[in-house]
Amino acid sequence: MEHIIFYIFSAILVLSALMVITVRNPVHAALFLVLAFFTSAALWLLLEAEFLALILVLVYVGAVMVLFLFVVMMLDINLTVLREGFTSYLPVGALIATLILIEMALVVGPEHFGLDSVAAPVPHTAGYSNTQALGNVLYTVYVYPFEIAGVILLVAIIGAIALTLRRRPQTKYQDPSQQVLVRSKDRVRIIKMPSEKKRGGA
Amino acid sequence: MDFTLPNFAPAMPEIFVLSMACIILIVDLFLTEHTRVVTYLLSLITLIAAAVLTANLDTAEPVLTFSGTFINDSMAVVLKLFIYLITFVVLVYSHNYLRTRQLYQGEYFVLILFAVLGMMVLVSAHSLLTIYLGLELLSLSLYTLVALRRDSVSASEAAMKYFVLGALASGILLYGLSMLYGVTGSLDIGNISSHISTSIATPAEHSIVLVFALVFVLVGILFKLGAVPFHMWVPDVYHGAPTSVTLFIGTAPKIAAFAMLMRLLVDGLGDLHSQWQTMIIIVAVLSMAAGNIIAIAQTNLKRMLAYSTIAHVGFLLLGILSGTLNGYASSMFYVIVYALMSLGGFGMIILLSRAGFEADRLEDFKGLNQRSPWFAFMMLILMFSMAGVPPTVGFYAKLAVLQAVVEADLVWLAVLAVVFSVIGAYYYLRIIKLMYFDQPDDVAPLAAGFDMRLAMSANGLAILGLGLFPSGLLTLCARALNP
Amino acid sequence: MDMLSTFWTTVPVTLQIVIQILAIVLPLSLAVAYLTLAERKVIGYIQARIGPNRVGPRGWLQPIADGIKLLMKEVIIPSGASRALFIIGPILSLVPALIAWAVIPFDDTLVLSDINAGLLYIMAVTSMGVYGVIIAGWASNSKYAFLGAMRCAAQIVSYEIAMGFALVGVLIAAGSLNLGDIVRAQSGSLAHWFWLPLLPLFLIYFIAGVAETNRAPFDVAEGESEIVAGFHVEYSGMTFAVFFLAEYANMILVSALAALMFLGGWLSPFQGIPLLQGLFAWVPGIIWLLLKISVLLFLFLWFRATFPRYRYDQIMRLGWKVFIPITIVWLLVVGVAVLYKLPWWFD
Repeated sequence: MEHIIFYIFSAILVLSALMVITVRNPVHAALFLVLAFFTSAALWLLLEAEFLALILVLVYVGAVMVLFLFVVMMLDINLTVLREGFTSYLPVGALIATLILIEMALVVGPEHFGLDSVAAPVPHTAGYSNTQALGNVLYTVYVYPFEIAGVILLVAIIGAIALTLRRRPQTKYQDPSQQVLVRSKDRVRIIKMPSEKKRGGA
Repeated sequence: MDFTLPNFAPAMPEIFVLSMACIILIVDLFLTEHTRVVTYLLSLITLIAAAVLTANLDTAEPVLTFSGTFINDSMAVVLKLFIYLITFVVLVYSHNYLRTRQLYQGEYFVLILFAVLGMMVLVSAHSLLTIYLGLELLSLSLYTLVALRRDSVSASEAAMKYFVLGALASGILLYGLSMLYGVTGSLDIGNISSHISTSIATPAEHSIVLVFALVFVLVGILFKLGAVPFHMWVPDVYHGAPTSVTLFIGTAPKIAAFAMLMRLLVDGLGDLHSQWQTMIIIVAVLSMAAGNIIAIAQTNLKRMLAYSTIAHVGFLLLGILSGTLNGYASSMFYVIVYALMSLGGFGMIILLSRAGFEADRLEDFKGLNQRSPWFAFMMLILMFSMAGVPPTVGFYAKLAVLQAVVEADLVWLAVLAVVFSVIGAYYYLRIIKLMYFDQPDDVAPLAAGFDMRLAMSANGLAILGLGLFPSGLLTLCARALNP
Repeated sequence: MDMLSTFWTTVPVTLQIVIQILAIVLPLSLAVAYLTLAERKVIGYIQARIGPNRVGPRGWLQPIADGIKLLMKEVIIPSGASRALFIIGPILSLVPALIAWAVIPFDDTLVLSDINAGLLYIMAVTSMGVYGVIIAGWASNSKYAFLGAMRCAAQIVSYEIAMGFALVGVLIAAGSLNLGDIVRAQSGSLAHWFWLPLLPLFLIYFIAGVAETNRAPFDVAEGESEIVAGFHVEYSGMTFAVFFLAEYANMILVSALAALMFLGGWLSPFQGIPLLQGLFAWVPGIIWLLLKISVLLFLFLWFRATFPRYRYDQIMRLGWKVFIPITIVWLLVVGVAVLYKLPWWFD
């Protein structure tokens, strides 16, 4: 049963990954990528790594790909221009890709990573929590790499802001706190003045 | 759960630099253009204090901490000290340059400090994980620094090329690292090394996968070093980036890249020496050939120095491939000396430049002797040193490396290296000819401030001084690798 | 009763699960239908009107009539639309709102799937709801729909961060990702429920929940006065009804989660009070849960009748510059409180 599920999800994963690079429409490609993420999350669930699976969906499907779609939809990407010269490069590219593929298959074939060289993982007991297990090593054994990863993200934030934030003097900003604090007497001044007598005459 | 707090003491410099970078980031928010000098001074103080902290570390024995992901040994201490020194001088050189070009932002200093942190992590890495993360921290900071002048088309193009190619190289490196992990089952460099030495003793069926992994790892490292055939990014990035950033990229990160080479190739895959020696020989010869020959055709000094970097990397690799302690020490000596020379070379471009004038073409150096004999002399020392003319330190650096190569019974390689050096000497000497025998096109007096002049003079004199008395640094390098 | 349970064990497991799912989804659909009626009635009374009162006694059959009307209408697919995605859009917005109910515990034992990472599952599943709106907006090939979709994407991604942080606070306080354990961690009394120690997080969670469901005053994705009806401007008939269903199902889901995580779920509010506790001991837990959900749903309707719509930049400012900093600070507070075992809640 588990095997059947695995093969179904793997097939969907490979197919959608293939579609990502072959479909004409970039929005469709992004959506196939979402599908690919989703099925890989399902594969992780089969490996009892529910934390990683759910985080993959939460972060990649729920946030990263949404922003990605946002950008892809906003930009009007003309794929025909991007594909120019595709056919003329195809033979060389295909040749090199096949060569590399064959070489890699010869060198790092499954015989080096099969069950006889790497022990099969032991299925966990029912009470096993993947989240807890990850947390236990992440904040103890791997705390130093974990912290550096945090620093890398900080640098990414600084870089993104430094490269994109521009102060535009002509843009007018509102200060909501001031808007809220405004009192009626700041805007309207009521002046009491005695009514004037009609000029006599006429 | 059993868990004891790790020993934080060996990582104090890293912790300090990280904290200071964050503090500077916040302090800078409250500064205006006129008071930004506080950021600059704080960055300098950070580097000095980090140097003091690092120098006070006990290095009698290599210390592992954070579950073996961090190592502190004498090589780490020496390399870190030179990284601080070079970054310090980089900041001094670039201070005025930044102010006259609307680049005087707090982010510049913060990113440089983060890059320094990345280099420190890399130098002290003892796990595939920390090597990769340190490298990414360094690279990410550098990509951003290159792009920091965002209105410049060439800077954006350089940043884009650097980023795309760098990401590709990181991917290749990561693939190699994952293969290593797959074969050895460990991320720890010590474990990997011992696993390989046992599996080499018994005829192993995995060794082919190991070599496969080695190729990918090597490609990743050589890309970061900028060796041929992975050098395409170097001239474009050096040329496109603001000179103050080129100055930084061309100096300190080379030391970190050397450390990465040592940790991965020598500490981790040392038993595969016979495998990687041939690969590195090819790359070293190609680098020396391509770097020295293409440099002759350049008219832009930044591009010329970029190709000279490629040639120097070839030389640096010669020491490593000899596979002896002596060879590693000579490489370490070479990389430190190279960083100092390169610092002076790019510093000179900054010294001659002023607002609206970059001074990065060869013609801009015409008749420098008439404008400022002292700095023409400094440039003369730097160019002699890069060419490897005695009594400058560049000569001893080349000599030490060649000795190591000869000791490894690769006399033909040493001869080849000498031939390429002679070819390379042509374009260094051409600058000297321009400075001393040509009439200046531009007679404006040098605009550099006192701090810049002082640092530049110290830099030039250090090259000369180290050339006259090279034994101190040589023994320092030898002792750092063999305490 | 015995016969019933023996009969239940003879049913194949797959069929058992299907029956359980139906037992959740059918009442949920009914609840959605009557929530629409409640909305019209409540807002009607708030605005001093009566609301629908013609179909059936007191208008009780109004949702049925609405449903039949929408079913009968033609589904129009615009000529320039991306056909497949146009149909997938509404489905993608409804499905996450339904599958999230799989891990919602209705009382101590009544839960379809009692998984360890329940909270994470909820966050992952609800984060997918936005695809329905984005795809619908893009596939419609209409400027208004597209604008609505873009607004919605930016808004949901922004508020998801604050919402996620609020949930992390709950996770720290309860020490578990299992929704049942989270409710159990709140037992004690009314003051033990997490709304009190996590008050800022509770408020932010609920407001972010309103924003995530695109409800007033955060309904810029629809914004009928500026972009007609936003992302579903081109939808009609059944497809429109599905969007409608999804919105209300999401409201119920957000309310149910708020009730579970901050208001003690199925726990009785009189727990720990000597006399009343015994007096109300006969009330099953599920009733309390449904009551709490109803109160929160009423808040949704109340908001809609009270607040004017936020402007887009104000929404962004509130999400990024107010909510996220507050949640981060409060996470620190909760962390310290848990670490030092602050009496009453975390001892």
